[in-house]
Amino acid sequence: MTALLSVIGLGKKFGGLQAVQGLDLTLNEGEILGLIGPNGAGKSTVFNLINGVFPPDAGRIVLEGKDITGEPPYRVARHGLARAHQIVQPLLGLSVLDNCTVGACFGRENLPLHRARDVAREVAESVGLGDRLDMLASSLTTAGKKRLELARALSARPRVLLLDEVLSGLNPTETEGMIRTVRRIRDGGVAILMIEHIMRAIMSLSDRIVVLNLGRKLAEGTPQEVASNPAVITAYLGEPQLMAAAENPG
Amino acid sequence: MWRRPFPWLIVGAALLYALVPYFTDDVQLRESLLLAAVYIILASNLNLMIGYAGYVNFGNIVFFGLGGYICLYLVNDFQWPLILAALLGGVAVSALALLFGLGILRLRGAFFALATIGVNAAIQQIVTNFEPWGGATGIYLALDAYGSLGGPMQALWTTYLLIVALTAASLLASYAIRNSKFGLGLIAIGQNEDAAAVLGVPTPLYKALIYSASAFLPAMAGGLYFFKSGIIEPTGAFNLQTSIEAIVMVMLGGSGTILGPTLGAFLYEELRGYLLIAEPFSHFQLVIAGTLLLIIVLFAPGGLLGFVHRLWPRTRRWLE
Repeated sequence: MTALLSVIGLGKKFGGLQAVQGLDLTLNEGEILGLIGPNGAGKSTVFNLINGVFPPDAGRIVLEGKDITGEPPYRVARHGLARAHQIVQPLLGLSVLDNCTVGACFGRENLPLHRARDVAREVAESVGLGDRLDMLASSLTTAGKKRLELARALSARPRVLLLDEVLSGLNPTETEGMIRTVRRIRDGGVAILMIEHIMRAIMSLSDRIVVLNLGRKLAEGTPQEVASNPAVITAYLGEPQLMAAAENPG
Repeated sequence: MWRRPFPWLIVGAALLYALVPYFTDDVQLRESLLLAAVYIILASNLNLMIGYAGYVNFGNIVFFGLGGYICLYLVNDFQWPLILAALLGGVAVSALALLFGLGILRLRGAFFALATIGVNAAIQQIVTNFEPWGGATGIYLALDAYGSLGGPMQALWTTYLLIVALTAASLLASYAIRNSKFGLGLIAIGQNEDAAAVLGVPTPLYKALIYSASAFLPAMAGGLYFFKSGIIEPTGAFNLQTSIEAIVMVMLGGSGTILGPTLGAFLYEELRGYLLIAEPFSHFQLVIAGTLLLIIVLFAPGGLLGFVHRLWPRTRRWLE
């Protein structure tokens, strides 16, 4: 297996708060890597550092052999890394199709407008938005907006996809649908790094899991290894979901 | 682009606009249409910033004034032909805007708006103290500058036709940008700049490019307009009031559309003309403009065209 994305010794300080420290991560081809940890562990900060929202204070980020440390988000996107936000950020005044077209136009393939529109249509249909292409993004439901966030990221035809809590706020049926969609994306050859709070979902989806606590890596391994790690259980004490998921994976 | 009917509509309308006063030989009509055309140029290009990229350029008149100064200086002191002088004015102001844009477009929202007012004020001060451009008294065009265009009467017609051509060019540019990848990136920036950057839109470059592009035609129009007036001086050239009126025009017609700012500019010019002449309202037009802006922003943020689109959704397809 080859590493698509490597994070080496990543560190970021906000004022006196060390949000992330000495973090190493490797995302391999065709892999889903889960990133979990208690609230405030620094998970979203890691995403912000990887896709260039803030530059890191320390460490390096390497995507497909290219050092992308400190590059702005629009250049990181061009290198083939796309992101779906935890708080959805649709371009509200544009249609579903136009939202996805932006992703396709300015993503890894840097497509001209008409070709981008075809890719956008195809991707939107593949995540189940085919019947809402001409709807304004503002008129979608929460679940629809989550799907749009995903479709837009995928329209860039990325090599690596960062998913930040794409399951939060969805009802059980929608969650099931989204889990199937995420699996299908991975099977399509996109490596996925995902943050998720719904333990059952992340335990069943991830090939490997990295646990973050107070900005540092607490544990790493397969879902079963991580769930039975005493340090992880201590950090999560009070979150019985993890115990339940450990007893009953999948 | 030329396969769609809309650009041809623009060309046809511009021809009509140019020829009506010519064939009726109505000089008064020509003057009123010329002013409206200048406003359409200002509003349509301002719309590239406000309506597409979502940045309110309060000091947009600086392009017009500076373009006017460069053109008149070249015509008066170096006997350049008008078209060449206006063109160079456009290119120079555009290049300057690109430099400024890379700097001040790091600011957002109200801070950007304030910075643009600052740019206008600073340029006005520099020009006021710049002796080769006549300082506070400005540049008076020598009468023989009109000679190469066949005398003053003929020169006025020529400038009118050229300004109408610039108006058509403004609308065509607006249309071409809106239907391009560049335009899609700009509109994405206008909707949510951070999300646009994450999607890969090179936001600093695009913003600077559109700021620069929105300067080109207004600067050329400034050259032609002040050539027609025969005089340019700092307070008239860098009048912040006209900047604000241009914003009202964009919002009145419907920002982000192609025809909206045109409609807004034309209606506002007519309204302003009436208010200036009508005795009880003398110099009242700014009060009306302010009230109008307030009403639009509060109740009809889409402007007139947005209102029409909401009433008859089908019109979205052809009324762009």
